[in-house]
Amino acid sequence: MTDVSYQNQPQEVEASLGDYFALMKPRVMQLVVFTAVVGLLAAPVSVHPVIAFASILFVAVGAGASGALNMWWDSDIDGVMRRTAKRPIPAGRIAPGEAKVLGFALSGMSVIMLALSANLLAAFLLAFTIFFYVVIYSMWLKRATPQNIVIGGAAGAFPPVIGWVIATGSMSLEAWLMFALIFIWTPPHFWALALFMKSDYDDAGVPMLTVTHGRKSTRKHILVYTLPLVILAVATAFTSIGGPVYLATAIVLNALFLKGAYDIWRRDEAQAEADEYKVEKSFFRLSLWYLFLHFVAILVEALLPASWGLWA
Amino acid sequence: MKIRAEHEIHQRRKGRNVGVALMLVAFIVLVLALTYVKVTSGDFELPRIEEGQ
Repeated sequence: MTDVSYQNQPQEVEASLGDYFALMKPRVMQLVVFTAVVGLLAAPVSVHPVIAFASILFVAVGAGASGALNMWWDSDIDGVMRRTAKRPIPAGRIAPGEAKVLGFALSGMSVIMLALSANLLAAFLLAFTIFFYVVIYSMWLKRATPQNIVIGGAAGAFPPVIGWVIATGSMSLEAWLMFALIFIWTPPHFWALALFMKSDYDDAGVPMLTVTHGRKSTRKHILVYTLPLVILAVATAFTSIGGPVYLATAIVLNALFLKGAYDIWRRDEAQAEADEYKVEKSFFRLSLWYLFLHFVAILVEALLPASWGLWA
Repeated sequence: MKIRAEHEIHQRRKGRNVGVALMLVAFIVLVLALTYVKVTSGDFELPRIEEGQ
């Protein structure tokens, strides 16, 4: 590994508690907690609030642990990329070895505690998610193939399934629909980011699609991945986790998302550079709202009285 | 006269230690609450022995 040089550097600043929190990727953790809560509440089984709270907390700790392990492994390229250069390890506030130990310790603790608070299947899924994110995505795919985002997206898609399994103890079609929604959403979301964070991935040598297949091909890929996403997102309205509120939300969001993807596909680099990637940036922002509001709609459907839904 | 000056690093360390202590206390409380809920929810009921056995 190339982060040996960092280990030999003296600590410039003593880390604060906030630095350790930053190591756990709090923004990713927010998304993990939110989607896991939706998965848990959308399930047709009620869970005691204390068990639900503790279980979601352990899922969050597991997500944070995988974030710390990802930062440990990627500390060499994080220092090169503008977006990640201020993270605690490249900034010299936390030693890579410390992040590694913290990551492994919290991973083990979160999986064991989830097994005790919820069930073994949920704990197994959490362990698999951590393994997938750290080993399959960070250590293997990220630096090896432009499909890194496509396959690696699965790691971020597991939380609603874990939430569902915490409640029910088993998996079902609805849980996998929520998985698929995040899984297919991830590539267009990250490719839009890669289009306007131009030099970052080039400098770090990460084989993003923009680097290996060119920017024109990336634009095409965004549109191609958006099509099945739109079909899946709207079709979910007609399952037991959907309903009229979800359908209305999905129609509006998917129309906007499809238009955004189409606009990106139509543009070339000259146009994008002329307006400083305005369309790509707005598509990226929309993609964040897109996922958040779909899960809000699933949550609303879950909390509405059963008689309210037209096809409950 | 104070012999040992308080350095900014000591304050930072103190903040970190207090934070870790609070997290440990919160973890203990959470495990206690979980145990109470699990024990009282019926999952751990002992099998009843029928009369006459």
